Amino acid sequence: MTLAISFLGVIFGSLVGVILSLMKLSNNKLARAFSSAYIEIIRGTPLLVQIYLIYYGLPMILPMDLGRMTLGTIAVLLNSAAYIAEIIRAGIQSIDKGQSEASRSLGMSKSMTMRYVIIPQAVKNILPALGNEFITLVKESAVLSVIGIHDLMYNADTLRGITYRPFIPLIYAAIIYFIITFILSKLLRIFERRLEASDKSI
Amino acid sequence: MIKVSNLKKNFGSLKVLKGIDENIEKGEVVVIIGPSGSGKSTFLRCLNLLEEPSSGEIIFDGVSITDKLNDINKQREKMGMVFQQFNLFPHMTVLENITLAPIKVKNMEPVEAEKTALNLLKRIGLEDKINTYPNQLSGGQKQRIAIVRALAMSPEVMLFDEPTSALDPEMVGEVLDVMKGLAKEGMTMVVVTHEMGFAKEVGDRVLFMDEGKIVEEGTPEELFNNSKHSRTQDFLKKVLI
Repeated sequence: MTLAISFLGVIFGSLVGVILSLMKLSNNKLARAFSSAYIEIIRGTPLLVQIYLIYYGLPMILPMDLGRMTLGTIAVLLNSAAYIAEIIRAGIQSIDKGQSEASRSLGMSKSMTMRYVIIPQAVKNILPALGNEFITLVKESAVLSVIGIHDLMYNADTLRGITYRPFIPLIYAAIIYFIITFILSKLLRIFERRLEASDKSI
Repeated sequence: MIKVSNLKKNFGSLKVLKGIDENIEKGEVVVIIGPSGSGKSTFLRCLNLLEEPSSGEIIFDGVSITDKLNDINKQREKMGMVFQQFNLFPHMTVLENITLAPIKVKNMEPVEAEKTALNLLKRIGLEDKINTYPNQLSGGQKQRIAIVRALAMSPEVMLFDEPTSALDPEMVGEVLDVMKGLAKEGMTMVVVTHEMGFAKEVGDRVLFMDEGKIVEEGTPEELFNNSKHSRTQDFLKKVLI
């Protein structure tokens, strides 16, 4: 459950994050202002509050019943999008100005330059930070237990209530969280190495 | 081919170009020299709008490229540019670097683009580097490939922004040789450089810039041996020891 929500959160969060970061880097003042405001608000408020707001707020606006899972995922997605947007923006800005000048001087448009020259290089710089965000999200998703999603933390809490022993279930939960994140960070490391083919120099 | 009139460029309150008028004819090799900070690189970068002029007009092939409504990408296809720092794309092989723009911008068939790339690489003797990544090349090799990358678009004019300034001395020659070859074939070239030997040997016309203006211009003979301005003489004295 934890993994599924975090995974969906990062995937869709990345999509929204890309859009937000491009808005923040664009020449359009309105887009820039919106994206900056969104990012500041999300970063400046706790995830716990955001989850509650989405959980109680969204059903008031939308007529249909979305269910806890969807609402939880939306909250996580909206949260991670802001952080990912900042990661992507930093990644894009870390690429030397000469790269886009060279591309533009060949007659390639702004969007072609982004697509073929800047983004592929930025991805490599972004990946470690994106992995971090994913791992953070897996851990942070423990907060989702407050809206009754049966994640690891929720189960640990339930067990604690049944057994009156607070310590053992929490230790187990901690161990499981650690195993998940440790495997993830190893997998990410392997993936990063694969992308380093062009970095070998003489 | 390129007509520049009253070109001005300010960076904030700093006036870098203070009114440049210049005509560059087809087939001409124009070399721009001058002390650093004289505005020569800025002038060159204005020609393909990498630097947006503050005022003035640039007409290329009968089109005003400084016109706000003009799509500069069309003209940039016909203007190759070579940078001091090479600016090859590090995530692509040599072949991909060269074929990217012809395929994406000119919609050339990949096979066709690769053939062109290979022919160009043969000319500079680097056809064996076709699948190499830029980081595995020397500075001189990188710059020669950057020249070929620009040539792959079959430009009408080539702009060179201090192409040998970032190279180790022993590699300057190989890059200048490629440029000399181009000049011989009749390519229109605008070259900003500190290589006075190249200016003398290859240049049809030499412009001396200082403090955002063209102080003096003429054939290499006129400028190097009979310059009329004291500023030109001072500069040449310093660089030609």
